[in-house]
Amino acid sequence: MAECHPVGFQWVMEAKARGATIIHVDPRFTRTSALADIHVPLRAGTDIAFLGGLINHVLSRDLWFREYVMAYTNAPMIVREDFRDTEDLDGLFSGFAEQTRHYDPSTWQYEGADVAAAAGQRDQWALMHRDEEAGERSAAGRRTEKASSMETAGAAGGRFHGHPERDETLQHPRCVFQVLRRHFARYTPQLVADVCGITEREFERVADALTANSGRERTTAFAYGVGWTHHTVGVQYIRTAAILQLLLGNIGRPGGGILALRGHASIQGSTDIPTLFNILPGYLPMPHAHEHLDLDGYVSADAGSKGYWGNMDAYAVSLLKAWWGDVATADNEYCFGYLPRLTSSHSNYDTVVKQVEGSCEGYFLVGENPAVGTSNSRMNRFGLANLTWLVVRDFNMIESATFWKDGPEIDSGELTTEDIATEVFFLPAAAHVEKDGSFTNTQRMLQWHHKAVEPRGDQRSELWFYYHLGRIIREKLAGAVSRETPTPEQAERDRPILDLTWDYPTIGEFAEPDAEAVLAEISGWDGEGRPLSSYTQLRTDGSTRCGCWIYCGSYAEGVNQTARRKPGREQSWVAPEWGWAWPLNRRILYNRASADPDGAPWSERKAYLWWDAEQRKWVGHDVPDFQATKPPDYRPPTDAEREDAIGGSEPFIMQADGRGWLYVPTGLADGPMPAHYEPAESPVANLLYGQQANPARRVFPHRLNRYAPSGETPGSEVYPHVFTTYRLTEHHTAGGMSRWLPYLSELQPEFFCEVSPALAAERGLEHGGWATLVSPRAAIEARVLVTERMRPVTVGGHTIHQIGLPYHWGDNGLSTGDSANELLPIVLDPNVHIQPTKADTCDIRPGRRPRGRARLALVQEYQRRAGITAETGTEAVTRRGGPS
Amino acid sequence: MSFTLDERLSAPLMDPAAEAGYAEHPPRMGFFTDTSVCIGCKACEVACKEWNAIPEGGLDLTGMSYDNSVGLGASTWRHVAFVEQATPNRDAVDLGMPSVPQGALQDDRELRWLMASDVCKHCTHAACLDVCPTGSLFRTEFGTVVVQEDICNGCGYCVPACPYGVIDLRPGDGRAWKCTLCYDRLGAGLEPACAKACPTDSIQYGPLDELRDRAAERVDALHEAGAEQARLYGHDPADGVGGDGAFFLLLDEPEVYGLPPDPVVTTRDLPAMWRRAAVAAAGTVAAVAAAFLGCRR
Amino acid sequence: MGVRAWIEGWPAVRQIAGRDPLGRGAAAKSDRSRMLRARTEDADRMVRSVCPYCAVGCGQQVYVSGERVVQIEGDPDSPVSRGRLCPKGAASHQLVTASDRQTAVRYRRPHGTEWEDLDLDTAMDMIADRVIETRRRTWEDTDENGRVLRRTLGFASLGGATLDNEENYLMKKLYTALGAVEIENQARI
Repeated sequence: MAECHPVGFQWVMEAKARGATIIHVDPRFTRTSALADIHVPLRAGTDIAFLGGLINHVLSRDLWFREYVMAYTNAPMIVREDFRDTEDLDGLFSGFAEQTRHYDPSTWQYEGADVAAAAGQRDQWALMHRDEEAGERSAAGRRTEKASSMETAGAAGGRFHGHPERDETLQHPRCVFQVLRRHFARYTPQLVADVCGITEREFERVADALTANSGRERTTAFAYGVGWTHHTVGVQYIRTAAILQLLLGNIGRPGGGILALRGHASIQGSTDIPTLFNILPGYLPMPHAHEHLDLDGYVSADAGSKGYWGNMDAYAVSLLKAWWGDVATADNEYCFGYLPRLTSSHSNYDTVVKQVEGSCEGYFLVGENPAVGTSNSRMNRFGLANLTWLVVRDFNMIESATFWKDGPEIDSGELTTEDIATEVFFLPAAAHVEKDGSFTNTQRMLQWHHKAVEPRGDQRSELWFYYHLGRIIREKLAGAVSRETPTPEQAERDRPILDLTWDYPTIGEFAEPDAEAVLAEISGWDGEGRPLSSYTQLRTDGSTRCGCWIYCGSYAEGVNQTARRKPGREQSWVAPEWGWAWPLNRRILYNRASADPDGAPWSERKAYLWWDAEQRKWVGHDVPDFQATKPPDYRPPTDAEREDAIGGSEPFIMQADGRGWLYVPTGLADGPMPAHYEPAESPVANLLYGQQANPARRVFPHRLNRYAPSGETPGSEVYPHVFTTYRLTEHHTAGGMSRWLPYLSELQPEFFCEVSPALAAERGLEHGGWATLVSPRAAIEARVLVTERMRPVTVGGHTIHQIGLPYHWGDNGLSTGDSANELLPIVLDPNVHIQPTKADTCDIRPGRRPRGRARLALVQEYQRRAGITAETGTEAVTRRGGPS
Repeated sequence: MSFTLDERLSAPLMDPAAEAGYAEHPPRMGFFTDTSVCIGCKACEVACKEWNAIPEGGLDLTGMSYDNSVGLGASTWRHVAFVEQATPNRDAVDLGMPSVPQGALQDDRELRWLMASDVCKHCTHAACLDVCPTGSLFRTEFGTVVVQEDICNGCGYCVPACPYGVIDLRPGDGRAWKCTLCYDRLGAGLEPACAKACPTDSIQYGPLDELRDRAAERVDALHEAGAEQARLYGHDPADGVGGDGAFFLLLDEPEVYGLPPDPVVTTRDLPAMWRRAAVAAAGTVAAVAAAFLGCRR
Repeated sequence: MGVRAWIEGWPAVRQIAGRDPLGRGAAAKSDRSRMLRARTEDADRMVRSVCPYCAVGCGQQVYVSGERVVQIEGDPDSPVSRGRLCPKGAASHQLVTASDRQTAVRYRRPHGTEWEDLDLDTAMDMIADRVIETRRRTWEDTDENGRVLRRTLGFASLGGATLDNEENYLMKKLYTALGAVEIENQARI
């Protein structure tokens, strides 16, 4: 956190000054470790084992927060009898089909109820059931759809069919609590120490500090970055932390939570208002392909949905009205049919493969530099070189814009400039001070930045670019330019564009669209055009328009709420009048959990939100994340729907049962509970299960994307070291905003690798000299920093060396070097399609890498020595002693 | 107010601005750099360069841990030192510094990564200023020491005079440059750029008296927490430079951070030298006179 | 300036006549030093902004003189950052004012070996044509099983995490209306 979010780290230092214990769990000794009270240098890729050990510690010593867990989690729910755990199946849960690499989650369900997936999967859930009943489609067809159902992880949620059986005593052998206890029983301190390469004492020190600092009087917060998400089991990393925090009562309370430290100014915003394939604004799912799908079917026709996702119909209709305005009517289902449909994953890496294969011909790169910043950047460049047209919008001439001229494949002779047919448009972008707009920061807070000056020359904002691109396309399609008459089919296809509400007011000589007008549309209006103040005002009858329901109210009363800047020192410590946090300016989500079931604070020290019996409403330091006047003793009638189905002591209002999930009966592609698997590429065998890696991980066998043998598979010794990639304080991601700046470049002028003295001695690496690193994808070179901050770990009696690789570099700009991401494989978490960048394998050798064709030859020589084939590393199910 | 020559040059001096001729002046302002909370982010280096429009200082990977700006100089007015220390493990209490990896292979080793942002000390007795023949270096009403770029002729006398090796000539430009403690910002009631940017308040700016009190409290707190190595550096008006306007809290010996353990103003002996020079000169005069007298004989 | 004042301005005179007999303080102060002002004091305006790097969301004060950004520093009012910035945030001024930042459209024709100049309006028109053409050629009304698709997989987009919410909104809205679904950003990378 000190490395990548230094200014946020001031609050950690402040907490430390007030007595907090700071624990840093990271394979590397970083600038964060230097200031922490405890640093745990665990082996990269073993956090589930570590966190699982903490869960076992909490459960086996009865250190869990009983009252919180009983009332606020799904601990009492009883799981189906035919559910089988990884402990029964040597690393698999029940329902795994090896052929398709997918889980059928039906055995994971509660007894007495089917729980539909989160909102993001509802559409597919309904579809699966229909298919099964009809039995009319081929097995392959069903498979595709089931697959895609797991690929659309939207927000949390879940919907019951029926009522799950419960055991409030938590004694039933199949209640979630007991299932969890059994599942984690083998994650003992000894096992944690063995898997993670640490000592039991280190583990116990953390366990003691954590549990001593949780409960009524105290809370513990977890903060993580992509060190937790960049794994083939990334979602399960977060799940493990969520289970632990729920057991300790640390969710929804001040000083608690699991905080994602996100790395781009509006990466949260670009997820909320997604430039992502599988969701629409506000985490509404993109519809999947069906023969017939109407709006009702999309929202799911079944009545009786519970929780706030029960209002998905109102959110969806209001979005469609915002986009297609008066054309969108009840009669045409508010233009629901205009939405394009998904058939499978269309994630970034699927696109890269298609580009290499030649079936994706156009590409917009908008503030992204995949030739440096994306896993297997070499494969990305082959994709770029195979496009018909490419638009790059950036500040500087990044590597993704110049690959055709000076990319590594030109040097190696694999590509020649004259043969590359890609037409490239480079358009210079406006910077944050040259445009109005809002960023959503890592705590879901929108903050407006005001334009200070006009951009220069051809520099323009993305708002300008997309508005005018849309305007020109609309003009052309309307025949205003070409005057040609489209065919009826074509006219039908063009209607979504021509009917689109696209009439934003523009300002100034460049005709810049008014960003506030766009925010106003995002926030929404009622039927009379008055700004909305809350998503609870959204209607299903088409009378409201709202571009993103969770942002509804960000322009309440016609005032840009995101531009509020009452100085922090002039308001409460929660600072509610600075910016605007979604939803409804709530600063801590699920804050109903900061009070006990009766509505009283768990302790005076940790009071945040409480029920005021006289005023009959929730009061406190924050906006209640709960119906403000719903009393703690409210018990929903059995036929209650939407938010009315959530009881007065059920804080998790986005869940159908109002509870935090210790066990996930549906919605995840790789299991209802986390289990430790080794990374897709690992030098060691899984000590817990015969199953080596996440069986449901997505693999992309391709000649440009070969995998290393893992664990006990012969050949794994050819790539014996673990490498982990990361950022430095002095640079930003792929370098587009830092490598061109003298003041940052001089602070970290060159690509380097970090190795321990032991590895340096073993491999003859010289401090300050050069090293070549080889993976099955690429060979790169880096200057060598030998440092005791990198430490080997011992696992199963073997010494495992870990190599650190900051990944900011490319050939352009002031500070240059090879890109560490060349080494990384494309293999994905099945829930969210995220790649592993934190724990993969390579070899390291002294000296610079070969030039020209010899570079590729070196990679191929390693592949041959390791016996790598197209199948290597792609196996789904493995047993002890190697792949099955 | 009157000052003895010793006070002016080396003895403890309570009010350097008054000594420098400012009848009415603001309190002496300075830096307290608490390295125990430094995260080595180098925001100070960049903020300083941005405000003062200092040129880039070279793109060389040094291999000195994460330090690629090497040291203070004409184009580096704030410099963050990175010290990687592996020492035999002293069975650790929580020192505010992690005691590391009891578990990993070298479980007998304890690792510390010390980071410290260095800067011109703005000495009470500043030799750079004393030796400056042009009056380019001067003491401001805030008690700070500043090079005036419109006066400096690049003679370079100040460079060897500095006991800390702070000030230097900029190649190509020829003139001497160093931290001004953002003299222009101070005049506007602003804090220096580095102190303002510092994410963890490792760099604190304020009236020197207040900073010294705060620093003493911080050292006590660290000692109480078991960090017995914590100590102040440059805070003592009785030291060889009369105390620094920019002083530090360190977690180890000053040499570990590349700081001289016992800096002395290089002009401390100037009066004595002048006296000796005067005696020598008188002797010469006498000898010459004697020679002349002798000639007449 | 009268002769008397002029003479009194001489450092040597100030040194001898004043309280600074060694000439190391008040007497040595140059005209430039006397006139020195912080450039933020003389700025035409200060504009509130937010740091464009990571997602902490530190407040920034952007100072403008003569329609140029002359300084960017932390906003002390921000309850997020309290006026502080990291090295990247502190370098924002260089980010936006760097002399080598691109200001003109550049065009590389298919198989071309060098960049060429291109007018912005022409570039926009050409890009619009590329989108329309690719979309038409790669349009899918239904799949082989007759399921409705209404889309194109012919072009894709990557980016958004560094952009404003309003920009992401227009991107998603336009792409979706065009039937493009391969829309991604750094959130997954």
